[in-house]
Amino acid sequence: MIETVSLSRDFKVRGTVVPAVHDLTFRVGAGEFVGCLGPNGAGKSTTIKMLTGILTPTRGRALVAGLDPARQRKALARRIGVVFGQRTTLWWDLPLRDSFELVRLLYKVDRSRFAARLAELTEVLDLGAFLRTPVRQLSLGQRMRGDVTAALLHDPEVLVLDEPTIGLDVVAKAEVRSFLARLNAERGTTVLLTTHDLGDVERLCRRVLLIDHGRLAFDGSVAELRALVPGQESIEDVVAHLYLSSTPAAPRTPRRTPDADPPIVTA
Amino acid sequence: MADFVLYLRLFQYGFRRHSTYLAAALAGAFTNTVFGVLRAYVLIALWEARPGLAGYTIAEAVTFCFLTQGFIGPMQVFGRGLSFGDRIRSGDIAFDLVRPAPLLLWSLAEDLGRAAYLTLARSLPPSIAGAVMFTMVAPVSPWFALSFVLGIVVSFGWRYLVTLAACWTTDDRGMHTLSSLLTFFFSGMVLPLGLFPGWLRTVAEASPFAAMVQVPADMWLGADPPFSSLAFQLFWAVALLGLGALLTVAARRKVVVQGG
Repeated sequence: MIETVSLSRDFKVRGTVVPAVHDLTFRVGAGEFVGCLGPNGAGKSTTIKMLTGILTPTRGRALVAGLDPARQRKALARRIGVVFGQRTTLWWDLPLRDSFELVRLLYKVDRSRFAARLAELTEVLDLGAFLRTPVRQLSLGQRMRGDVTAALLHDPEVLVLDEPTIGLDVVAKAEVRSFLARLNAERGTTVLLTTHDLGDVERLCRRVLLIDHGRLAFDGSVAELRALVPGQESIEDVVAHLYLSSTPAAPRTPRRTPDADPPIVTA
Repeated sequence: MADFVLYLRLFQYGFRRHSTYLAAALAGAFTNTVFGVLRAYVLIALWEARPGLAGYTIAEAVTFCFLTQGFIGPMQVFGRGLSFGDRIRSGDIAFDLVRPAPLLLWSLAEDLGRAAYLTLARSLPPSIAGAVMFTMVAPVSPWFALSFVLGIVVSFGWRYLVTLAACWTTDDRGMHTLSSLLTFFFSGMVLPLGLFPGWLRTVAEASPFAAMVQVPADMWLGADPPFSSLAFQLFWAVALLGLGALLTVAARRKVVVQGG
């Protein structure tokens, strides 16, 4: 469903070329739930932006839902849902319901399908109480649920989330998490999320990608990630240890070429 | 068809978005009216001393004054008014630029909605107050309505360019200050452009700012041959929107290819 081959992205900062993402190759099969970890500035968001067509790769290529994000951005937009935790795609001054209506028109979602989908999401994400509230008056948790809804109204096959639980309280976090787990289990939606919250990873992700210095440093299950640093109690300690060591140990070389069969990663 | 509904909806939302700030609109209308009265007395004094100046009678000068006061809202004479301005600074513009609908048309629909609301909330009050307190002339040309809308589109085209320029300059305040100064001076808001001396008048009358305020006001007064004035406005509308479309492509390239 998501496939990258030597995906790379350089930025020019005051004349010098800074590689943000370097030679990233991985593959996510349909129906997988993958978490993307890495310290600040590791290249996670840059990767997400390349996968969604917001940034063009400098080298290498990506394929999402069979489309090239940089070249087929508009077609891709109708097939994937994107949520950026620190941004909002909702209209600040409009009631939440109106933002959804604009999303409907923008993505050309059929009216009856939209009504059914919205009713469903309203119930699952408990939006009923604030559908008519302007977005500027929503709490962060409410706004995030609104953003998730907006990303799912066109029923995408792939959902990409960049730090969806950032700044949320324990209850709101749990709600968003259980919703994502259900979405993945019941509808088979492929989910790729980046996060700094290891609770997200432990509770949701069957597979973890660790990105460090723009490279893929680890690709495996949460249990395998734990096994990397023996003797550490919590997953936080494991990850902190990996972040602090400048060249994180990789138990196996990440796949260089995508292969035909879906990657099965077991604990 | 679906696109038409989208833009119609955006127009409605632009209208509603501004109608939520009722107090601001009423305060604006009040200020525009008070300044209108001040300007009217200054112009009356001037026209009594120099009758027939710039080809206007006193009643026409007073009409010009209240009409242009009424243009401040819809033509957004003091600049800004576009919702994506703040989103450039925050970086959210990247998401707007990759939506499956062009930012230019999107903003235009929203801005026309804004202008429609401000026409009701900020053009009618000063015009009515002026008509009650002074002698004003009724519109001569039926083309005024079209000229008024074209004035709004030219104003949008200009503000779109100024707002989008922030993609290249780190801070947008300087551009906006410069823009509102230029608009205020060259549009005919300070004085009718016919009073400007020599070359300054030529420059001002050829500028897009004249197409925002002076030309629609003259259309009301029936001073100009309507079709050349409409063609002049249409020229600036097409030129600015075309430039805006090009700049949008460049902005997307900058954001998408070069990265922020």
